[in-house]
Amino acid sequence: MTDATLAPVLLIVLPIVGAAAVLVAGLRWSRAGWPIAAVTLAGEAGLAVWLADAVFGSEGRLVHELGAYGRPGPEGFAVGIELVADQLSAVVVALVALVALTALAATRRAGPRGTPFYAAYLLLVAGLMGVGLTGDVFNLFVFLEITGIATYTLVAADRRAPAAVASLKYLIVGTTGASLYLLGVGYLFLATGTLNMADLAATLAGEPSFVDGPMYTDPLVLASFAFVATGLFVKAAIFPLHTWQPGAYSEAPDGATVLIAALVSSIGAYAFLRLAVTVYTPAFFEATPIVATVVVTMASVSVVAGSALAVMQSRVKRLFAYSSVSQFGLIVAAVGIAVHPDSGTSAAEMALIGAVVHLVGHAVVKGGLFAAAMGLSLDAGARRIEDLAGLGRESPVLGGAMAVLGLTLVGVPPAIGFLGKWYIALGAIEAGIWPVAAVILASTVLTLAYVARVLEQLYFRAAAPTHPEDIDLGGHSDLPGGTAVSADGGTADSTAEQRTGDGAPIGVIAVAVVAAVVAVALGFGGAEFADALDPFLTEVLGQ
Amino acid sequence: MSAIVELLTNRYAYVLFALLLGIGIYMMISSPNLVKKVIGLNLFQTALFLFFIASAYRTDGHAPVIHGEGGGPYVSPLPQVIVLTAIVVGVALTAVALSLLVRIYTEYGTLEEDVLREVRSDD
Repeated sequence: MTDATLAPVLLIVLPIVGAAAVLVAGLRWSRAGWPIAAVTLAGEAGLAVWLADAVFGSEGRLVHELGAYGRPGPEGFAVGIELVADQLSAVVVALVALVALTALAATRRAGPRGTPFYAAYLLLVAGLMGVGLTGDVFNLFVFLEITGIATYTLVAADRRAPAAVASLKYLIVGTTGASLYLLGVGYLFLATGTLNMADLAATLAGEPSFVDGPMYTDPLVLASFAFVATGLFVKAAIFPLHTWQPGAYSEAPDGATVLIAALVSSIGAYAFLRLAVTVYTPAFFEATPIVATVVVTMASVSVVAGSALAVMQSRVKRLFAYSSVSQFGLIVAAVGIAVHPDSGTSAAEMALIGAVVHLVGHAVVKGGLFAAAMGLSLDAGARRIEDLAGLGRESPVLGGAMAVLGLTLVGVPPAIGFLGKWYIALGAIEAGIWPVAAVILASTVLTLAYVARVLEQLYFRAAAPTHPEDIDLGGHSDLPGGTAVSADGGTADSTAEQRTGDGAPIGVIAVAVVAAVVAVALGFGGAEFADALDPFLTEVLGQ
Repeated sequence: MSAIVELLTNRYAYVLFALLLGIGIYMMISSPNLVKKVIGLNLFQTALFLFFIASAYRTDGHAPVIHGEGGGPYVSPLPQVIVLTAIVVGVALTAVALSLLVRIYTEYGTLEEDVLREVRSDD
């Protein structure tokens, strides 16, 4: 096998080449987009597995120096950009590759077709991979913006005007966030003279000879953290910086929402985790205790506010969108606990494992939920929550997947939602940050408040024949609902097609079902997650 | 008083940066016109470019191209490379924003936010 340090480069280059290939091939064959994207993303998944195998296996942390400029000079600072794959990056890269490949199945028949859509899809994957793998704070900005531009175009991909308005709002807010991040990077660069994450951490700790001691209390460094955190909170949609997100999620074409909801905000949260833990490091938060308190407070507010807003929504996609605001609050709270000066090493470890598990879990669950919502809207035209009435019986596969994923989100054991919250709550309790622990425990009830609305409609309300389709096809209601449909997705598909003439394609159903199964199966992997992340935790928390 | 004069004479670029940043954010928030919001965004980004360029200034600095021995002091090329990249990112973003504006205008016939809200509430 060739050198595994090539994997990070190929992971970023391959989707960019794929996007170009889609555009070129699209000139000749208008339907070439999906097959090329599928092949590219299958390649990505292979590369991600290769990388994970190397990182978790023999190699450990991988560093690829682009341009191989080396580290000349007395302090040994990096000159070029480095791509770094440690255990955390490997988890995120694997998540991006597998979710992107799976979500593509949902767009096979239902999604917005056409070459520009698949080109943007692949560019988005390239951006996400770049954020996950880069070891340079400015390079992170560039990849964040690639992610951003690709997402703006995906939101507006079906050429509907409301989507364009939502996309423009996202563009203005998202770009302001990214610019604030860039300003933070600028401050950090002025303070330290480097952009490399590892060198930044060393300089802030006062290691090089040209700084006199740790710089954690330097106003420039404090200001830089404020800008960086604010910018990344915009990207991760933390209340009150979430305003772009519900519109973007609900107006985006259904097929694109699956990918965007699963990954785009996640990568913002990942970037915050990465910078807080490996660049600023827990020592920074120890020197200025107020910062961690502010972070956990903002995150806790986001948990509560996101849930409260979700309960008030009447549209399915908006409900799930606000739910993300709440869930990302939880992830950021976990990061805040991990770096909080009050928490000891074991509490910090718990909180960080919780943050990563919840990041992965939320991506799988939210992708699946939006796929299920997409399927139900294709099946029965269900866009509002009351439209879901009785669909638990009429579309048992999609309804069941949505119910399982919803319960996972609530945190019903043994699914992954439970595991993430469990670790985060343990961390908060062990750190003795009681208000946050209370919010995290209460978040289960808060999540139940909006998931219960969906479950109630799915299973405890009779379908009201309000749709014209229902009246047209009145004869079908004589069929004994559920018995006509087996657990087999294919049968559900054909039954659904009888109902409305345009049912959910098999790809969408498959995505929802796979997400539900994976979400439950991952719940049993707590120990594996903890083991896999252990070298990373030891490195950043120092034992 | 002398501190302000000192700031204005020696650090005017940073003062300008803060002004542009503020004007940009103000335009994005207050203007009801979507095109002006995008212009505000551009101003905001331009302020950042100015910040990086101003920070890289060095009295008697030379371009960092070394001929033979010595010849310093050199300016750091890194902030300028950052600005170059950020300009490219900004251009791409503006292009996407303008294409979205075109679509909004052809559909609704307006770029005023309040009119847009009224038109959309009729849908």
